[in-house]
Formats: sequence, structure tokens, C-alpha cells
Amino acid sequence: MIYGQKLVADDTDVPPPLTNVSRRRLLGGGGALVLALALRVPAQAQGDGPKKFGVDAMPHGWRDDPKVFVAIAPDGVVTVTCHRSDMGQGVRTSIALTIADELDADWSKVRVAQAYGDEERFGNQDTDGSRSLRHFFGPLRHAGAAARQMLVQAAANQWGVPTSEVRADEHKVRHGKSQRSIGYGDIAQAAADLPVPAREDVRLKAPQEFRYIGKGNIDLIDNRDITTGKAWYGLDTRLEGMLYAVVARPPVFGGTVKAYDATEALRVPGVVRAVPIEPPAGPAEFQPLGGIAVIAKNTWAALKGRDALKVTWDDGPNASYDSDAYRSTLEEAARKPGKVVRREGDFDAAIKTAAKRVTAEYYVPHLAQAPMEPPAATVRIRDGHVEAWTCTQAPQATRDRIAKRLGVGADTVRVNVTLLGGGFGRKSKPDYVVEAALCSQAMGGAPVKVTWTREDDLSHSYYHTVSVEHLEAGLDERGMPVAWLHRSAAPTIGSIFAQDARHELPFELGMGLVNTPFAIPNLRLENPEVSARVRIGWFRSVSNIPHAFAIQCFVSELANAAGRDAKDYLLDVIGPPRIIEPTEIGDVWNYGEDPARYPIDTGRLRRVIETAAKGVGWGRQMEKGRGLGIAGHYSFLTYTAVAVEVAVGPKGDITVLRADIAIDCGPQVNPERVRAQMEGAVVMGMGLALTAEITFKDGRAQQTNFDTYEVTRIDGAPKEIHVHLLPDPDYAKPLGGVGEPGVPPVAPAIANAVFAATGRRIRRLPIRDQLSA
Amino acid sequence: MISLRVNGAERSYDDDADMPLLWYLRDELGLTGTKFGCGVAACGACTIHLDSIATRACVTPMSSVDGRAIITIEGLSLDGNHPLQVAWRDLNVSQCGYCQAGQIMQAASLLQDTPEPSEADIDAAMSGNLCRCGAYPRIRAAIKQAAGSTRRAVEGERP
Repeated sequence: MIYGQKLVADDTDVPPPLTNVSRRRLLGGGGALVLALALRVPAQAQGDGPKKFGVDAMPHGWRDDPKVFVAIAPDGVVTVTCHRSDMGQGVRTSIALTIADELDADWSKVRVAQAYGDEERFGNQDTDGSRSLRHFFGPLRHAGAAARQMLVQAAANQWGVPTSEVRADEHKVRHGKSQRSIGYGDIAQAAADLPVPAREDVRLKAPQEFRYIGKGNIDLIDNRDITTGKAWYGLDTRLEGMLYAVVARPPVFGGTVKAYDATEALRVPGVVRAVPIEPPAGPAEFQPLGGIAVIAKNTWAALKGRDALKVTWDDGPNASYDSDAYRSTLEEAARKPGKVVRREGDFDAAIKTAAKRVTAEYYVPHLAQAPMEPPAATVRIRDGHVEAWTCTQAPQATRDRIAKRLGVGADTVRVNVTLLGGGFGRKSKPDYVVEAALCSQAMGGAPVKVTWTREDDLSHSYYHTVSVEHLEAGLDERGMPVAWLHRSAAPTIGSIFAQDARHELPFELGMGLVNTPFAIPNLRLENPEVSARVRIGWFRSVSNIPHAFAIQCFVSELANAAGRDAKDYLLDVIGPPRIIEPTEIGDVWNYGEDPARYPIDTGRLRRVIETAAKGVGWGRQMEKGRGLGIAGHYSFLTYTAVAVEVAVGPKGDITVLRADIAIDCGPQVNPERVRAQMEGAVVMGMGLALTAEITFKDGRAQQTNFDTYEVTRIDGAPKEIHVHLLPDPDYAKPLGGVGEPGVPPVAPAIANAVFAATGRRIRRLPIRDQLSA
Repeated sequence: MISLRVNGAERSYDDDADMPLLWYLRDELGLTGTKFGCGVAACGACTIHLDSIATRACVTPMSSVDGRAIITIEGLSLDGNHPLQVAWRDLNVSQCGYCQAGQIMQAASLLQDTPEPSEADIDAAMSGNLCRCGAYPRIRAAIKQAAGSTRRAVEGERP
């Protein structure tokens, strides 16, 4: 059944199992093509057998049942269910246009309903890793095409003609011979009564038949709601009788409440209760940090109550965490041999006989995702059913964590997904939703919304790692590298699952470290041990950021040492176009994809670099104080390159005048959104290159709002961003990721341009005022 | 008792006068189009019009709005077709969309004062409105389009 969403759900209302962000539209369930739960579980996703890759290897795999993803009402309105979270990448639009195209639907009659968390029903819902279309383009095309065939079959049956004489055409089924036609809404019920065609009997469109896929002709499905203030984000949930909570959390990771006094807090008008939240017993995982929740009649009273709360904290083992000291720790680790994660030839021998040696170290600090909408969640418990409304990238994981923490079955928990006001990895960790569940439980099941302030967000993030990247190279007489050593020292995301984890995991090493696709005969890559002192988590592009920064800057340094042009030298270091099998260079992860289907193609990497260079006008004469810089990087199965022109003023202030970004992500579903993601990646990449940094002192984050955690503003963004799309027209080829790969090459391109403009090397991010000294 | 007008409707408020207008709009009136992003006037997500002037609702206490007129994104236009709203849709400005109500309200104030803004005017007026998705090139383009300019900051905006 599909229900329309209302702004305020009241106590007598059936909660919406599928939230439709376009809340003006109430869809009738009767007569719709919404049928029994005849789930078709893909055979590949079950049982033992050969190693699984891609979506087959994800929890709950994939589904392609048209009865799960497509509903057609009697008025012809098609409702597509989107089971992936939209945090700005436009997946609600892209999934809908994929299904609508195969369905031959009229786009003006297509709506989107957001799925609740239920991976048994929808397949994997973890919206991260730039995976949504990579994993679901195929299954969802299938769902759309199967629904189309059912409509065709139903019409043929009704007319008593063979299906070969009947075709679907823009929301109608037509019989040419008799000139009859019937609208989708009129045949939907009959179609719904038919069995879903066998998978091998479903015929997908040929790419030349596409009307929406790959065309970039579809506007954002949520455009009107967003521009009129009607769009529903996690922070916007309002339920009848809802209470509002904020939580005072231990200011230091691993800290606990020693004592607290809520007397003054409870005197604040509107404050209802103060509720202790227990910290996690073991690893941080996705559990709340603990602390004291202040629950009130509105957000302001809760905030005032929290201010009045008296808490004595035990800061715990990380009370001394200090970013300056930790940087020295990382440097020390990076200057000693560490665990070898890839070895080719003999680095030690080759470096001894090299004509020239170059050594450099790069530092990339902690970052916070800082989505514009901070974490927020509302939970209500009624009649043994727990229901959450939240901005989450991982609704099934959220459901599981709530169930575990409350000690109830996951089948009694429903997680409704709102729009996400940005995610960037923060909202794949549902600690804030579990907080709301605990608050609701403490209030006898009353709906409670937990709001995180910006201070909460920046003080209690799952931070991007902090790293020192140590590189050494030996050049031969021609200036080409014959020996290459790279040590990456960075606390691992694994530390939130196992506190003693001290090495980067395969998925971190596989983000631009071990799979460096360079033609260098003697190469050793190492990962020294370091311990995490805060929660480390995924941040858009993850470990690709420090790895790409170090490697792409270092190649530029080598080019300079060799007296070569930076772009030509980079292409020579990559070497001739060739196919590299990832496992042969020590990458056992390969973004979870089959290495045979997704090998590294250095020809594609070369092409994006050449395209970005051409775009920016590489090699042109530059006036004083200006420079061009370039970087290329392979991440999330996609090839991207960025070339920038910067101007450095007399006081060391940096202006990025122009950025050219080229992307080859294989076949493109929605080029309009690919373009938007690249524009945004340039802006976000600029922020971490120039200004953004989280530092710790006495275990506490020093930047707690946007006044000190400086991200790019419109006056700092490039006036010109040129996106160069290099789509593959062959839709049989595998898709690469889009949301993340744009970011990694931005910072090194800027640092390299600064060198070209000033002769000064940037080896530490953010650049900030380094050039003013 | 504080009396104010919100999107043309008379309202009265008789509670904590320190409460920022933001929470009154969101929690009391249910006007959730005005967003919370920072609480310290550092991001612009909560931008509304206070007597026609773009104002950050998160640092505007209720005590200061007595007798004044407030317009939120929900009241910017009757039909949702203010030239900026149209331009925002035409150019698909939004990514996550969370900051865009504040961006549009700030831009509406800019165009009211400066119907044909220069690049520098746009920078000056809009630099207090953060967009973490980085939609700035299109925000700039949409303001220009709404202002009647045909220049585009983003090459090949609509393929």
C-alpha cells in the first residue's frame, strides 16, 4: 500500500510506510500495481559458491521485482519506489528516470516514493561508496522493463491479440493493426494480476531507444518542494505530541559522565526530563557516545536546559589527544619501516643506484563531513512498534542498531527515510537515531526528536582520518622514477569496530594506495601502525583524499626535479595505455567489484588528464603570480582529473580562477547530475585544500562551528568550473561511481598550481596562510 | 505579548522572549522551510525577511520582532513561482537542497535592492550562505537568470 505523507502525522493515522516527499499528492492504493510480496531473490545472492562481487556481495544483494519498485494508479500516475537515500546526488531522480525509461512512462506522470529500511524487500540500501547506480542500474532497468511487459501482455490478453502486435508507447499500450490503445492506468490492475515474467524473458531497451537514460533532459524530481520550503528533511519531522531533545555528550571521545545535576535544567520552562544515555561498552561502532539527554517541549527549551545542566565528565583515555603531538607521532611512524602492503622489484637496491633522490612528506588533517543539515532523528514507540523518521544513508543498519539497543526484534522497527540535507558519510552512522530511540523509550514511547547542533556535529563527528604520507623516489638519468616508496600512516576506520585496529583495512589501502597504476619497476608501499584517538569514519572519497594529495603532489615534485612539464611527466609515470588486473598489484578489494569486469585502464586515466589539461589551456603563457596545476586519480572505478588556474596575491592569498574537471565513469545514467556532482566536488575539494581542518587539544575538537571550521563560500568558489564528461555509449559496460571520485584530484591540482605560480611547495593541508609567511 | 505578522498572518507569542525566531517558526508554527544550520548566523540556512530585510532567524530573539513582518520561503510567492524559484528549478541548482531556501531568501533580498547585480554584488550578498554540496556556480547563474541576465557561469549548463 502507498500512502501520501502528511506534514503532521496524528495519533489516529496509519504511519506512512512509504514516504512520498511530494506531500501534496495522495496516491490511492486501490487498483494499483502493488501486489503481494512475491519477492524474487536473485540466485547469485544466496548460498555458497564462487566469490561474490559488486551488489551480489552486499548485504541482501539486489531485487528487481517490478511489484516492489513500480506502482501504477488508475489515473495513470506511476510511483517509483527509491530505496536509496538522496543526500544531494540526485538518486531519487536518477532511479526514477531509469525505471520510467524502461517502462516507457511519460515523465510528467512519474512520482517517487521513498522506501523505508527493509533490505529483504528492496535489496541493499547502504547509500555510500558511490554505489547506487553502479549496483542498481541493471536490476532497476529490469524492474521497469518487466512492468512494461506485464502491461503489454495484459492489453494483448484483453484485446485477444498476440503480444507481438502490441507495443508500449509513452504511457499507453497500442495495437497498430486495430488502432486501439489503452492508458497505463486503465490496464494496470489487469497487469498486476499477471505473473512477473521470468528474468530471461525480459527484454531491455537498446540504448538507441532510451528517452531519459543518458540524456540529461530530466529536472530534479524534488525541485518544487525544495524551492518552496516544502521538502521534508530529517530535522523537519513533526509528530503529534512530539518532544524535543538535545544531548550533552562527553567532550572527549571515550569519556563518561562522572556526576550530573539536572536541577537547574529542569527549572527551565518547557524542560520535561533529563535522561542519561549509556556510552557503548565496547568499540564505538554506530552507538551513541553517551551523556545526558535533555527533553523539552521545544528545541529552544531543550538547548537552554542543556546549558543549565551541570555535568562532571571523566575524560577517559583520550584526554591528552592533541593534533600537534599526534602529527609528530604520525611522522615518526611514517619514517620507520611499516607493514609492506605491496612490493615490486627491489626498492632498496634501486634507490641506491638512482641518479637523483627526492623525499617529501604530506599531511592531511582531520575533517568533518558537516552536512548542512546536522544529524537529526525522531522516534516513537507505540503498541510494541518502534518507528523512526530520519535522514540516514543506511536505513537497514539503523533499524538493526535500534532493535539491538532496545532489545526488540528488527521486525518491530520501521525506519522511514526523509531527504538528507547532505550526508558525505556522516549519516551512514546512526548513533543519533539510537539516541532518539532511547529518549522515546525513556518517555514511555512518546515521539522524541533529537537535534544535533552544529557544535554537536563538529565535536562528535566520525572524523575523516588524519595522515602523514611519506614518499621517497629515485630517478634515473632521464629523470624517470625507478624506485618509489610510499608509507601511509593514518588511523583506520576499522578502529570503530575493533579498538586495537592499527592498520588501514583493504578498503582503505585500495583507495589510491596499493592500486597506484604507475609504471615504476621498483616500488614498495607500506602502512605503519598507528592508533586512533577519536572516532574515524567515512568522509566523501575517504582515503583517496590523502593518498591522491600525496601522490599527485609528489609526481609534480619529481617532474620539477627532472626538469619536465608536470602534465607530460604525469602521463609518462602512468605509462602507456594498458589494462592492469587489480589483484596483481595487491588490491584485493577493488571497491568490491570483479577485477575481471573492472580492471584499471591507464588509457582512460590518461584521457581524463589530457582532457582536463586541454580544457584549462595547459602550457599557455601565464602572467606573474598565476599558475596551472593538474592531478588525475582513479577512484570508485572512475577516472577523474582536475586542472586549475590559480592566482596568488602579494599577501599569499589564493584565488582559484578556473577549474576544469574531466570524468570517465563509464556509461552515464543522468549526465545532468554527473555534471552537478563534479561542480560540487570542485567546491568541496577547494574547501579542504584551502581552509578546512579539525584539530584537537585536550581531546576536544577546536573548531565547533562554521566560523572556525571554514568551508568554501560563494566568493571563494571558482567563477568558472568547466566539467568535461567522457561518457561511454556502450551500456553493456560497467558503471563507475560518481558521488565521490571528483574530490580527490582537486587539492593536489591546487597545490601544484600554487607551486607553478610561486615556486613554493604545499605539503600540508589546508593551505590557509602558509604562503603569507 | 509579542505580536507579529508571518507570511501575512497575524500571530501572537507569549512565551520565552529569548527564543530565536527560527525555533518559533519551526517548532511553534511548523514552517520548517526555514532551516537550522549553525545557530550563530554563520551559514545563512535560516534566512528570512524581517520587514523586507534578509535576516538570520537563528540569532533573532522573539523579543525583537514585536510589531514586525516576517516572510519565510513558504510566503515568498503565492504560487511558488518567484523568478528566483523558477530560475532555481530551470538550472537544477539544488543538490541536497537543504540550504536553498536560505539562499533564495537572501538572493530575493539582493534583487530587491540591486535588480542587476554584478559578480561582486553577488559575492557580497551571498557569501554568508553556505552550501556544502557546492552548488555555488548554479546559484550564481540562477541569480543572473532571475535578474534577466543571460550570462552563465557554468559552461553547458543544460545539455
